Amino acid sequence: MKPAPFEYASPETLDEALALVGDDSRPLAGGQSLVPMLNFRLARPARLVDLEHVAALAFIVAGDSLRIGAMTRQAAIERSPAIAARWPLLRQAVRLVGHPQIRARGTIGGSIAHADPKAELSVALAALGARFHVRSAAGARTLAAGELFRGPLMTALAPDELLVEIEVPPLPEGARTAFLEQARTHGDFAIAGVAAVVRADGVTLGLLGAGFTPVVVGSEAEIDAPDPYRRALLAALARRAIEAAA
Amino acid sequence: MRISLTVNGEAREADVEPRTLLSDLLRHGLGLTGTKVGCEHGVCGACTVQVDGEAVRSCLMLAVQARGRSVRTIEGFDHPLQEAFHEGHALQCGFCTAGILLSLEAFIRERPDAGADEIREALAGNLCRCTGYVAMVEATERALRTAPRRTPPGRPPS
Repeated sequence: MKPAPFEYASPETLDEALALVGDDSRPLAGGQSLVPMLNFRLARPARLVDLEHVAALAFIVAGDSLRIGAMTRQAAIERSPAIAARWPLLRQAVRLVGHPQIRARGTIGGSIAHADPKAELSVALAALGARFHVRSAAGARTLAAGELFRGPLMTALAPDELLVEIEVPPLPEGARTAFLEQARTHGDFAIAGVAAVVRADGVTLGLLGAGFTPVVVGSEAEIDAPDPYRRALLAALARRAIEAAA
Repeated sequence: MRISLTVNGEAREADVEPRTLLSDLLRHGLGLTGTKVGCEHGVCGACTVQVDGEAVRSCLMLAVQARGRSVRTIEGFDHPLQEAFHEGHALQCGFCTAGILLSLEAFIRERPDAGADEIREALAGNLCRCTGYVAMVEATERALRTAPRRTPPGRPPS
């Protein structure tokens, strides 16, 4: 239950961090998923590149679009008045992530890059049509959720790349949202969950538990899941989420 | 690695391996055994301490990540919640109590108007397997009703 030895680097700028990440190293964001994996020795990186002190990666800028730095704590998202007012789905989703003690350290970028199929933020961001800005020492690229998430704990990020920023477009005028999930106990990983964006001209649903990556569908009728129980659960959660949002 | 941090208001220095968890630095390096270690993967909440005023799992933070930060443990804790827990018999074996008090204090500082449901939600990340939560919720409500607040809401303690 203790991590195996590793080398540790603590860069203070993004350029320093980008020069350090690569095949043998692993970026450490808030550590709320990676440190348990280190403690269990499920992850044994040769080197950790700790992003804790890369201050330029922690920001929330609410302009026309919302821009969130990858090292922004989940608690900061929960407390942001601009996010509560204009991107309420993110607040609804982040409040379901673990417990307050987890959200105080956990980051949005860490949650996305870890790509746990049960991550609420990934599903909410997919439903909102977020764009994921990625950097490496060699360049930059921007991915949609469907391009970023490849499978359970798998993303399109190369070892020398870092997720640096998440950009969320504005909600259409009058759109309303809700995030509902079913978990065995409060704060535990959900069995299934639904992010609903209800617009004047239709509905977008983000599904948690329908597959190994976030699934986005246009209507309740399109819901599929690996087993009948989760299919029924997702359908019920979708109905309730649409009602709760409307 | 040599790191400097503040623990319970005192400047401390420590030599740690990068893999040393903050919980182990506190207990083994600094002798502050009031912080308990339960599951060591962030589920039980026993190891909860405050870092810069926020409740965090000390088993999910490397000691090197606490460099330059201010850590508060139960040894540096002096709050009306303790009296309320004592009076309301809100602890039995006590293993979870340090983590629960540090979690609750961070929560009520931000939400001094919290009701019983919100207190229950705030306690959801701290497992207690003997006392049960009813007395803890009642004690917290009593502390909120009767105790003068020592720090303004939303402001971490100095």
